[in-house]
Amino acid sequence: MAYPAEYRYTKEHEWIHIEGTNGTIGITDYAQDSLGDIVFVDLPKVGATVEAHKVFGSVESVKAVSDLYAPVSGTVTAVNDELTSAPEKINTDANTTWMIKITLTAPAEADSLLSAADYEKFVSEETGH
Amino acid sequence: MTDAAAPITLRRTALNATHRALKAKMVDFGGWDMPVEYSGLIAEHMAVRTGVGLFDVSHMGDIQFRGPGSLAAVNRLCMNDASKLAVGQAHYSAMLYPNGTFVDDVVVHKLSENDYLLVINAGTREKDVQWVRATVGTMPSIHINDYSDMYTQLAIQGPRAKDVLAKLTDTDLSTIKNYWFTWGKVCGLYNVMIARTGYTGEDGFEIYIPSDEATSARVWNEILAAGAEFGILPCGLGARNTLRLESAMALYGHEISDEINVYEANLGRYAKMDKGDFVGRDALEAVTAVGGPKRKLVGLEMVERGIGRDGYTVCAPGGGAIGVIASGSPAPFLKKNIALAFVPIEYAAVDAEVAVEIRGQQVKAKVVPTPFYKKPKV
Repeated sequence: MAYPAEYRYTKEHEWIHIEGTNGTIGITDYAQDSLGDIVFVDLPKVGATVEAHKVFGSVESVKAVSDLYAPVSGTVTAVNDELTSAPEKINTDANTTWMIKITLTAPAEADSLLSAADYEKFVSEETGH
Repeated sequence: MTDAAAPITLRRTALNATHRALKAKMVDFGGWDMPVEYSGLIAEHMAVRTGVGLFDVSHMGDIQFRGPGSLAAVNRLCMNDASKLAVGQAHYSAMLYPNGTFVDDVVVHKLSENDYLLVINAGTREKDVQWVRATVGTMPSIHINDYSDMYTQLAIQGPRAKDVLAKLTDTDLSTIKNYWFTWGKVCGLYNVMIARTGYTGEDGFEIYIPSDEATSARVWNEILAAGAEFGILPCGLGARNTLRLESAMALYGHEISDEINVYEANLGRYAKMDKGDFVGRDALEAVTAVGGPKRKLVGLEMVERGIGRDGYTVCAPGGGAIGVIASGSPAPFLKKNIALAFVPIEYAAVDAEVAVEIRGQQVKAKVVPTPFYKKPKV
């Protein structure tokens, strides 16, 4: 349940929900739990391009900074401005609290992303559970 | 991640299993496997500011000096003047190297005539003990003991700390002034040292109990039970750090170190130059003789959106690097992004404008008075 089956995942703990050539991106429940209380997000502007596996922004908790990596390449079509004033929403529900929406420019890149089951396995291996 | 077995090289306090049972996130802190947070850093921080929180600080070290030579040894070793302490009184002090930089900061407690206890930092314990023995170990009429592993040290901190502890002791806590201590019965244990000290900028107490696991866990749990009506939370090192930062208290390796002298760290008020010689005194006098330090620790508040963190570069506005952040973080109670930073004297005045380099961008900040947070007068 922690990781929706319809999403795809990165090893850097982002999720992407792809519908056609549109993608919605956030961070995983594991990522928000590891970070702790999130107090700050730095996101690109609408119209910016993001590149697969490259940093597109950052998320900060009280004690840590973490880069955000784009799961696939694309152009930013929407930014969740609500997170500027209420970044803690990511802690409350990481699965539905999106950060950016993009139009995919190379949809085939998504083939190399992890499924929910693979991501869950990856996290459990990373944490030794 | 949270409850995997820690590598055996990490040291554990007697409450390690208790922290893990509470599902604390554990981190390596100076070689110790310690809880960084339980329910959440911000909630824990706010509990201490508005109610009460409980910290395991057993990783701190304890060095005791006994014998007729103990005052002379403490005063040679530490920059504050221990001759001013009454029995039952404590003060902030520091051990210095001959060049005026820090071996460690310490709290000196006068237990009785010829009997002093120095509470030292966890990450510097071995270094401190070696330094103490090398520096004053051969002075006459003194016996030095490292009692670090004999005590579980618990900090009960916050405006309701007194109400919680009062339920567990028959000692009249109102008679213990800030930075004084006494001994009393706590949770059925006799002769527990009860000190009105802490590292949060809040009222509170630190108690020293035997370090066996059963006693430590029992007292920990009794404090949490007694504090339930006041909303007590177990608190980790994460909140401990943000609380001390809001109160502008130094952390070894950040605001003080073997590369930072007393005046740079803004702790000159604790260096008693007129008490007689002590290790580091000549170097401090030399700093004063050339007109004071070239750089100084100041409080910064971020003006633009961004969080300046430990190690980030401080710049002149629109210009080059001038300094470095010692500790920087969001301040959960103040709801601002704050930092303690070393800057040249010409940038150290309140309201001076500076910038912090955050991921390649200059973000505006200004110098503000410290402490950032002061507890309300009661």
